[in-house]
Amino acid sequence: MRAQRNNIFSGIDLTLVLLYLFLIVFGWMNIYAASYSDEHFEVFDFTTKYGKQMMWIGLSFVLIILILFIDAKLYERFASLVYIGSLISLAGLFAFGKRINGATSWYDLGATSLQPSEFAKFATVLALAKLLSDKQYDLKLVKNQIKAFIIIFLPAILITLQPDPGSALVYTAFFFVLYREGLPIYYIAIGAFAIALFILTLAFGFNLILLSTYGMFTLFILYILFYRNISLKFHWLKISAVYALCGLFIFSVDYVYNHIFEQRHRDRFNILLGKNTDTRGVGYNTNQSVLTIKSGGFSGKGFLEGDRTQGNFVPEQQTDYIFSTIGEEWGFLGTSFLVIVFTLFVLRIIQLAERQKTTFSRVYGYGIAAVFFFHYLINIGMVIGLFPTIGIPLPFFSYGGSGLWGFTILLFIFIKLDASKSYEL
Amino acid sequence: MKRGYLLSFFIISMAFVFIGKLFYLQVISQSNTGTNLKSSTIKKVFDYPERGYIYDRNGELLVANKQSYNLMIIPREVKPLDTLEFCKLLDIDKAYFLKRFDRAKHWSRRLPSVFLAHLSKEDYAYLQEKMHKYKGFFIERKLLRNYPQNSAANVLGYVNEVNDEIARRNPYYQAGELIGTTGVEKQYENFLRGKKGVKYLQRDHFNKIIGSYKGGVFDTIPVDGKDLTLTLDNELQLYGEALMAGKRGGIVAIEPGSGEILSLITMPSYNPNLMVGRERSKNSVIFFSDSINKPMYDRSLLAQYAPGSPFKIVQGLVGLQEEIITPTTSFRCFHGYKYGARNSEFMGCHCGIYNKPIQLRQGLAKSCNSYFSNVYRKIIEKYPTASEGMNAWSKHMRSFGLGQYLGYDLPQGQKGLIPDAALYNRWYPDGRWRATYTISNAIGQGQILTTPIQLANMTAAIANRGSFYTPHILKETSDATPIDSMYTSLKHTSINPKYFPPIIEGMHDVFKTGTAKHVRLKDIEICGKTGTAENFRRINGEKIQFEDHSIFVAFAPKHDPKIAIVVYIENGGFGSMIAAPITSLMIEKYLTRKTTNKYWEQRMLHTNLEEEYQKQLILSNSESTEE
Repeated sequence: MRAQRNNIFSGIDLTLVLLYLFLIVFGWMNIYAASYSDEHFEVFDFTTKYGKQMMWIGLSFVLIILILFIDAKLYERFASLVYIGSLISLAGLFAFGKRINGATSWYDLGATSLQPSEFAKFATVLALAKLLSDKQYDLKLVKNQIKAFIIIFLPAILITLQPDPGSALVYTAFFFVLYREGLPIYYIAIGAFAIALFILTLAFGFNLILLSTYGMFTLFILYILFYRNISLKFHWLKISAVYALCGLFIFSVDYVYNHIFEQRHRDRFNILLGKNTDTRGVGYNTNQSVLTIKSGGFSGKGFLEGDRTQGNFVPEQQTDYIFSTIGEEWGFLGTSFLVIVFTLFVLRIIQLAERQKTTFSRVYGYGIAAVFFFHYLINIGMVIGLFPTIGIPLPFFSYGGSGLWGFTILLFIFIKLDASKSYEL
Repeated sequence: MKRGYLLSFFIISMAFVFIGKLFYLQVISQSNTGTNLKSSTIKKVFDYPERGYIYDRNGELLVANKQSYNLMIIPREVKPLDTLEFCKLLDIDKAYFLKRFDRAKHWSRRLPSVFLAHLSKEDYAYLQEKMHKYKGFFIERKLLRNYPQNSAANVLGYVNEVNDEIARRNPYYQAGELIGTTGVEKQYENFLRGKKGVKYLQRDHFNKIIGSYKGGVFDTIPVDGKDLTLTLDNELQLYGEALMAGKRGGIVAIEPGSGEILSLITMPSYNPNLMVGRERSKNSVIFFSDSINKPMYDRSLLAQYAPGSPFKIVQGLVGLQEEIITPTTSFRCFHGYKYGARNSEFMGCHCGIYNKPIQLRQGLAKSCNSYFSNVYRKIIEKYPTASEGMNAWSKHMRSFGLGQYLGYDLPQGQKGLIPDAALYNRWYPDGRWRATYTISNAIGQGQILTTPIQLANMTAAIANRGSFYTPHILKETSDATPIDSMYTSLKHTSINPKYFPPIIEGMHDVFKTGTAKHVRLKDIEICGKTGTAENFRRINGEKIQFEDHSIFVAFAPKHDPKIAIVVYIENGGFGSMIAAPITSLMIEKYLTRKTTNKYWEQRMLHTNLEEEYQKQLILSNSESTEE
């Protein structure tokens, strides 16, 4: 055992590491394809995007060694400290941050810039894992639920204020973790119901959805009354409350959409719902991205053969829209393969998480699985035109040092925890 | 553990949703099935080769290319500049500068457009030095056609920009490229244009070129056009055009031994340099709308005239071939020929030999209408029915290339008309028509129509004693592409060569003793035939006779002919007065490279028939105003 402990690579899950290596190599190839030009084709040219990304990939290996070198117990021990440090770095943005693209999300470090929200994710997961690992902790209690919500929403609110609502949205992923650890299902059920109502209201209008929702409720209640012969005598108040809340929600969707949303937000939904077909203005990104993916066809145009990628038809292609490069150059074979690889990657994390002996490791593993999944879900969903435009990166693929490091730290802390499970306890 | 399935289930179902959507996008609905090269992101630009030059048979340059310079602008790249100085350089005022600038900007800020078109070579040389000062401006060079000789405009033709219609029909062309539209430029477009090169350029989302596509692996190199050497003799062509000044009509000269067209003159014509570049659209409107002079109308190819007396030559030949006459057969003339019982059925004759036996040679030399009316009638009546006779006669005539497209290598032509039985059967449905109904055909009038080039070919066939090469204009190409075998194979008329000598003697007599003896040449034996075709026009329902068309056909020398020529002058009067002297001068010019007959030369150069043409014009105008 001692010998094993001295070797930092012992016990690490090879499947995950190989999937990770595949993702960053394939990711870098696509960044190269999206940003190379005839004038710059040196792989190690640090003035180019792919050159910088190469450097960050190299540095993330240093990070990995460092993470694996640290004793796994220290992560649990310093989780709260990391979390608080992360909150401070997020709050510090409002004082010292650099404004890029309308959001104060970066610290300017001279040659490069750092995005603390990418690091806040693993801090939050650590803190959540730490909280839930307490043996006294029971998520059935509202008091405990609120504690968990605070840990999740504090960074999310700070990030929303930057404003970077896309990144904040990822924090809703943690509800899956809480549910796994005992949070009642109705949080997720109500959440899903609310999202469905929201989208349906936008698509079909306020009146129709309000009426049909009430109609469905009424039918449901009548069914219970007459066929199940259950007396609802003492539940009238609750039933009225449900009606009222539902009506209020649908009404507020309409209100929020028309009065609180800015035009750019409305545009994003309108394009998705097919109400706005402006492919030159607000719909340009999505339209170009979908066209680019389409043009790849079944087998793609081949690596570096994507003429739409070369022509920079998709804005921000090396960052949020990197998936369209894969679509063009690797075709359906490439995109579906990548979806499968991501799915396997996340499932493998969940599988390993379920095997953990400590609650801390399990919650941590579950937490990062949810984070990875939400990133890839929202990003690919946006690029292929299923979801509205929400700017978050595709893990390991999108250009950017902070993102790559954030995801690498997220993953390798888990790999370290997993590797140490045999000699912990 | 059970609770752990919710996220896994969600993950797996989303994977199916994504793969489904991707399958829809990339396999079902994807439309880009063609090659990458057709993609909207690839710009195809063409590298234009130089269009081939055209030379005459002696190597004289007829058509060349000249550089044209356009000042181009890319508004986005324009940096603040000294407008005053710039305007001074270009010789424009500031308002114009701003107007052009706004227009370019309005069209596109990123793409180049023409700021000032067709700079002169001098302006270009001057501007080129200063261009570095004006960012966003550059000079684009373009090739235009240039005609150093100002001759044979209608033969050479002109090039025009390809319009959408042509571009749609022919995938080689893009709208705006140049294509030969008439004449040799059209006929040998494929030789002259060469093969354009293609460059594929990658463009970005602003349509801006960001470099060559895939390092140019799909690019092709342009192949220069072939230079053409024509059969035209430019010296003869220019001389003929000078002689034709002030007249309307055409001259066609052919080398009988090869079918090569030595000159092809139509008058009025135009200066080909006016149909080039910036001036073309303006001038082409002027030329094409000139319905009086019709400078774009190639009379030597398109005008269908009654051939008149020269037709008697072939009439005689057919008579001999059909063996209804011999060279010694004689007919009498009574200042005409009475072919029917009624007084009106009489064809006048000016031969002046009253009631004496006329033999073939004399009949031809004196152009006796009676003689050839007899011959014609005998040919038709040799057969049991007029229809059969007519068809036999028609077949002989057609073997000379008359009444059909000759097949020469120029894109314009007319069939002319040699009537056959079918035509008259249509006119007389009962079929009861006879030779005498069509007696005018005997002397090259009636229904017969020929174009000057058909007559020239006919003359060449006579000069060759019964055979000819199809006339053609292309002598050779710079890469020695073989000439179409159609122009190198000898064609035979239906007349046996043994019948030609008496006819040729008769034609020789025309210069010795006949209608053209005043323009005979001392050292060259010319055989020819004058012609005078009456022409009528119906104006205000009244048949008005105008001055006759003057015609002359000839070949020379009598033995081993080097040139066969036809001269056709509209309203030139009696054939021997204008057409004959011009023929004589042309033959002498071609065979000896000089002219001795200075009197006739001066007289022809200064003969102007404008007055006669004005007279017609006034009459036709009065017609149109009354209607």
